[in-house]
Amino acid sequence: MSCVLGPDNILHDTLLFRVIYDFVGHLLPCWLSYIVAGGVIMMLLVNGVLMGAGLFSWVERRLIGRFHNRIGPNRWGPFGMLQPMADVVKLIFKEDLTPAGADRIVFMIVPVAMLAPVVLMMAVVPFAKDTALANLNVGVLYVLAVTSITSVAIFMAGWASNNRYAMFGASRGVAILISYEVPVVMSLLGVVLVAGSMSMADVVSAQTIPFLLVQPLAFFVFFVGTSAELNRTPFDLAEAESEIIAGYHIEYSGVKFALIQAAEFGAVLTSSAVMVTLFLSGWSGPLSSYLGWVWFLMKIGVLAFVFSWVRATFPRLRIDQLLAFAWKFLLPISIINLFATALEVYFLRDGAGTLDTTDLWIMAGINFGVAFGSLLIFGTLIKEKVRPARPITGVTLSSIEVS
Amino acid sequence: MLDDYFRQYGLIAIFMVIAIGVPISMLMMSWTAGRIGLRPNNPTAVKSDTYECGVEPIGGKWELFNFRYYMFAILFVIFDVEVVFLYPWAAKFLQLELFALIEMAVFVGILVVGLAYAWRKNDLDWA
Repeated sequence: MSCVLGPDNILHDTLLFRVIYDFVGHLLPCWLSYIVAGGVIMMLLVNGVLMGAGLFSWVERRLIGRFHNRIGPNRWGPFGMLQPMADVVKLIFKEDLTPAGADRIVFMIVPVAMLAPVVLMMAVVPFAKDTALANLNVGVLYVLAVTSITSVAIFMAGWASNNRYAMFGASRGVAILISYEVPVVMSLLGVVLVAGSMSMADVVSAQTIPFLLVQPLAFFVFFVGTSAELNRTPFDLAEAESEIIAGYHIEYSGVKFALIQAAEFGAVLTSSAVMVTLFLSGWSGPLSSYLGWVWFLMKIGVLAFVFSWVRATFPRLRIDQLLAFAWKFLLPISIINLFATALEVYFLRDGAGTLDTTDLWIMAGINFGVAFGSLLIFGTLIKEKVRPARPITGVTLSSIEVS
Repeated sequence: MLDDYFRQYGLIAIFMVIAIGVPISMLMMSWTAGRIGLRPNNPTAVKSDTYECGVEPIGGKWELFNFRYYMFAILFVIFDVEVVFLYPWAAKFLQLELFALIEMAVFVGILVVGLAYAWRKNDLDWA
């Protein structure tokens, strides 16, 4: 009694699923091995995101420690590696307070509503050769739809906390999230245009050269927009410690706080995974038939490092600067990118409607020119009008001393 | 065709249940720990007060909501709906004719005019 996945089944294309299914199918009934094979991949993804979030919280604290010229957590385990474990244990066994007058049910839903989309995002990301939980034909749209749940969760957190600083943080957070959502979504149109499909697997196989080169402007917009949506430092107005304490999660303590933090750190990794898939050619690389997942993880590591680097380097912006940056800078350049890509695709494609590697290189050349030009033009357009430095006249120090 | 649909979205539905179940189970774990006395659980009036810089909070959470958020929300709705129409077009554009390109240009052009109008009217400025 062995179960074999026929080639007519769509999950036949998923390598890991097929291998596990065929293996388990010798022992168990077919429907059960179906669930087992799916369950193994799901457990891999859930644990990958949560453990990755823990590991990344340590990596980021160490890295930012280095950037700040201090040491960072280094006591518990080798190089402080077990610090996230200590944090989780501490937070689970801490008192879990609900503020007076809070909307208790909404208050409790928030950590779940924040963590679930982060994990769900990984469902369509191919993490090794031909291996993803589901290869949806609307993969890109699915990722965008799932990520936008976070804005509801943030507003729920602010609303339920019965704290005015939480409310301030939430309204700022939602304003930032919806403003940056538009350029992010617009920038991915360019990728979909070149790949000719919304499925993540097709986007990866279309990348004979990484789309980072073909769509530099889209990558820039997507990277900046994502780090705004993750509430990371140049854009962390929603949880600015020095002005509105901690923003929307100020009243959260104990395990709820741990879950919110896990969601924030995990979101960095899952967003990096999406970016790797869409722009850095996903799992492909030398020996990708066997080591696709190694390439995938390495690329995620590089992007996560860049996220930490950005966080350690830039100061926080004001809300007017932030929203102006989204609407006056990122949105116009993503529209320019969309038009440029559409024209290039229209003129470079051959009769059958395909683009070969030479076409992609030509597009890369043109798009780098377009990127440089539009960044220059719109950069000067939104540059803040700094008052010219005036020489100090009238009362000077020496004249005070004289008189 | 329909089988494929349910095979894929069925897996995603199960995954959704797991993704929601994992944080809920952690909340339950902490709740159980509170019940059996592994973690402290004795809220007092002072402790469960909302935080406000170490002084007693005055007034409730009801604050004046800045009207400018609405402007951005309206612009967001317009552009997000636009993009939903653009995605199917982008996915099939490699096979489409010149007409599709012109049509898209007109469609996006109308919204770009709207954006330019909002910019001109200083609705994109905070002040």
